[in-house]
Amino acid sequence: MFKASWAYDEAPESTNHIQLKKKYDLYIDGKFTKPVKGQYFDTIDPSTNEIIASVAEATSEDIDKAVEAAKKAFVGWSKLSGKERGKYIFRIARLIQERAREFAVIESLDGGKPIRESRDIDIPLAANHFFYYAGWADKLAYAFPNRSPKPIGVVGQIIPWNFPLLMAAWKLAPALATGNTIVLKPAETTPLTALKLAEIIHESGLPKGVVNIVTGAGETGAAIVNHPNVDKIAFTGSTNVGKYIQKAIAGTHKKLTLELGGKGANIIFEDAAIDQAVEGIINAIFFNQGHVCCAGSRLFVQESIANLVIDKLKNRMETLIVGNPLDKNTDIGAINSKKQLQTIENYIKIGLNEGGEIYQADCKLPTKGNWCAPTLFLNVSQSHRIVQEEIFGPVLAIQTFRTIDEVIEKANNTPYGLSAGVWTQNGAKIFHLTQKLKAGVVWANTFNKFDATSPFGGTKESGFGREGGLHGLKPYVKFD
Amino acid sequence: MSRLAIQKTYKLYIGGKFPRSESGRFYAINDSKGNLIANMCLASRKDFRNAVVIARNAQSSWANSSALNKGQILYRIAEMLEGRKEQFIAELIAQGETAENAKTEVLLAIDRLVYFAGWSDKYQQFFSCINPVSSAHFNFSVLEPVGVVAVIAPEKQSLLGLISVIAPAIVGGNTVIVLASESKPLSAISFAEVLNSSDVPGGVVNILTGKKEELVNQFASHMDVNSIIYCGADEPLMLSISELASNNVKRTTFYKKNDWASDSCESPYFIEKTQEVKTTWHPTEI
Repeated sequence: MFKASWAYDEAPESTNHIQLKKKYDLYIDGKFTKPVKGQYFDTIDPSTNEIIASVAEATSEDIDKAVEAAKKAFVGWSKLSGKERGKYIFRIARLIQERAREFAVIESLDGGKPIRESRDIDIPLAANHFFYYAGWADKLAYAFPNRSPKPIGVVGQIIPWNFPLLMAAWKLAPALATGNTIVLKPAETTPLTALKLAEIIHESGLPKGVVNIVTGAGETGAAIVNHPNVDKIAFTGSTNVGKYIQKAIAGTHKKLTLELGGKGANIIFEDAAIDQAVEGIINAIFFNQGHVCCAGSRLFVQESIANLVIDKLKNRMETLIVGNPLDKNTDIGAINSKKQLQTIENYIKIGLNEGGEIYQADCKLPTKGNWCAPTLFLNVSQSHRIVQEEIFGPVLAIQTFRTIDEVIEKANNTPYGLSAGVWTQNGAKIFHLTQKLKAGVVWANTFNKFDATSPFGGTKESGFGREGGLHGLKPYVKFD
Repeated sequence: MSRLAIQKTYKLYIGGKFPRSESGRFYAINDSKGNLIANMCLASRKDFRNAVVIARNAQSSWANSSALNKGQILYRIAEMLEGRKEQFIAELIAQGETAENAKTEVLLAIDRLVYFAGWSDKYQQFFSCINPVSSAHFNFSVLEPVGVVAVIAPEKQSLLGLISVIAPAIVGGNTVIVLASESKPLSAISFAEVLNSSDVPGGVVNILTGKKEELVNQFASHMDVNSIIYCGADEPLMLSISELASNNVKRTTFYKKNDWASDSCESPYFIEKTQEVKTTWHPTEI
C-alpha cells in the first residue's frame, strides 16, 4: 500500500544533446594522442553494462611523454603572472557552467549516479571550484603571510570514480592556481567527464602541456607515482593504495597529499529533531550509492530513541527510488562497477555471518546492470568487520549508546578520521562533540555538504592534506 | 678540606617520572679526554612503547587545557630554565661546547620557549578561518593537534634544538616522545627536571636517551603515533622512516637544518607542522 502511493511516472533526462566519441585518446601536450602501445579499454554504463566508449590505456611510455610535456610547460606556466593564470582558470569554470547539462548526463551515464546529484551537486561544485581557485592565483602572498610560496613543479594526480569530474576539479584548480603543471589520471571506470574536461581545457587556450589527462588503471597510476620527474603526488582513493603510495615515494623528493577512506560516525541524540535527523542519516549513507569516502556509514543512536529512529529509517528506506540514474526521480543509482558490487555483496555476507541483523528496502532492482538495495545492519558491535571496514556502498551499521563519553569513545575507535556527524538541538552538546570527534570534517545537524571554500580532508589513516578553501592551496606550494 | 662532588644519575623521563630503562642497559658519555661524565640509560623499544601509552593518555587533557594555560606553562618552563642556566651552560661545556657557544645556546633556548609561549593563544587565530560557503551553513576551520608526536631531536645543539622542536609541538596540544641527542644527551635529561618542576603535566613530554639505530624504526612504525619529526640528514634513515610511516599514514617532518639558532626557527609555521585542520558545518536556516 505504501509503495503504491509513492508511484512516480518516469522522468528520464534526455541524452540526445550530449557529444560523445566512440573512442578517446590521451590528452598530452595539448593534443589528443594515441597511446604508444595502441591499447584501449571500454568504459561501460553500470546501469546497463553496455559499452559507452573505448578509452586509451596509457602505459609508462605515455606517462613519460605526459610528464615531459608537463615539465616543459612548467617553465612558462610558473613564470606567468598570477593574474593571467587566474584568467585561464576562470575561463575553464565558465566553460563547465555552459556545458553543465551535458556533463551531468555523461557523469550519470558513465558512473551510475542519479542525474539529480550530478546535475545539482557534482557539476556545479566542479565549476565553483575552478572559479574559487582562479581568484587565488594572483593573491597567494596573502595566503601565506611572511613566506613566499612557490609552485612545486610537475604534479601527478590520481582520482577516484565516485565523483569523477568534481575530483578532477578539486585536484586541478588549486594546482593550476599555484602555478604547477599536471598529469591527471581519472579512474578507469569513469574516465569520460575528465576527457570531456580535456576538451574544455583545450578550448580555453590553456598553454599546451600544463594539463595532461591520461587514462588507465592501477599500472598507469603506478607509472605516475614512480616517475622520477614528478614532484608531487595527490591521490584520492583507498587507504591501502594510499599507504602503498606513501611507501613507494619514500626517500624521493616527492611531496604527497592523500585523501583516503573513512568510516564516518553519525551520532543522533534523543534531543535531536528526529525527522530532520532521519533525513540526514539517509543522505549520509545513501548519497551517491554510499560511494562516498566521508559517508556516515556508522550510525550511533541514543538508546532511548533507538526503536523510533530505526522504524523511521526503515520507512524512509522503503520510499527511496532505486533505478535508472538518468531518471530525475531516482534517489539511488547504479553501483559503479561489477567489482564494487561484489565487494559490497561480500561485506553484506560478512555482516550476516558475523550475526548482524539485516534490513533491506523492498525495492525492485533492474535486471540488467549493477544494483544494491539500501541496506542496514542491526545487532552489530565495534568488533564487527562491517563496523570497522569501509564498504563504500549503501550499507549502514547501526549501534546504540547511552552516554556522551561512551559515544565519543566508540566513534573515535577506528583507524580512520575523515568525517563525523552530530544530531542534537543542544548547542553546547554540538560543540562538545564536534571538538572531541577525531575527523577532518564534522557536520552538525547536516551531513555530506561540500563547498569550494570549505577545506576537506582527513586525519589518522584517512590521509593528510586539505582540498578546498584557503587550506587547499598549501599542498601545492613550497617555501624556501 | 677537599670534598668529593656528588654526581647526578641521569635517567629517562616518562610520564612525569624518572625511571631507569626497563632493559637495565646503559651507555657511557665521556668528555674529550675520555673521562666518564655520566652513564646514560640505553632506552629500549619497550621503554618507547610504554612512553607512547602514557603520551596517548595524557594527550586529550593537555589539548583541552586552555591556550592561556598552555602558554603560561611554557613560560614557566622558561622561568625555571633561566634560574638554572648556569647548570645547563656547564653541562654543554662538559660535553664539548665552548663557553661562549654554550651560553648563547642556553639563552636562546630560554628565549625560544618564551617565543612559543606567546604563540599559544594566537596561532589558532592566524590559521583558522570562517569559510563563506554558498549554502545556508555556518562553516569554519580550526587547527587541532595531530595527537602523539615522536621526535628524533637534533644531534648538535642538544638543548636548543630539542626545545625548538618540542615547544611548537606541545604548545599546539600534542604530547611528545623525544629521543635525545645520542652524543650529547645530558641537557635533555636535565631539561626533564625543569619540565618536571614547571607545571607541565606528566606524559606531555617524555624523553628517552639511547641509540638512534635501535629506536628510530620503532618511532616510525608504531601504530599509535600520529606524526614523526626527524632532525638530521641521514638519508638512509629518512628513507626508512618514510617507508615505515606509511603503516598508519603517519605524518612525517624532516628538519635537515644544522643551525637552530637562526631567526628562521621562529615562526608559527613550526606549530602548524603538527596540526590538523578540522572543518565544522552547521545549518543557519530555521
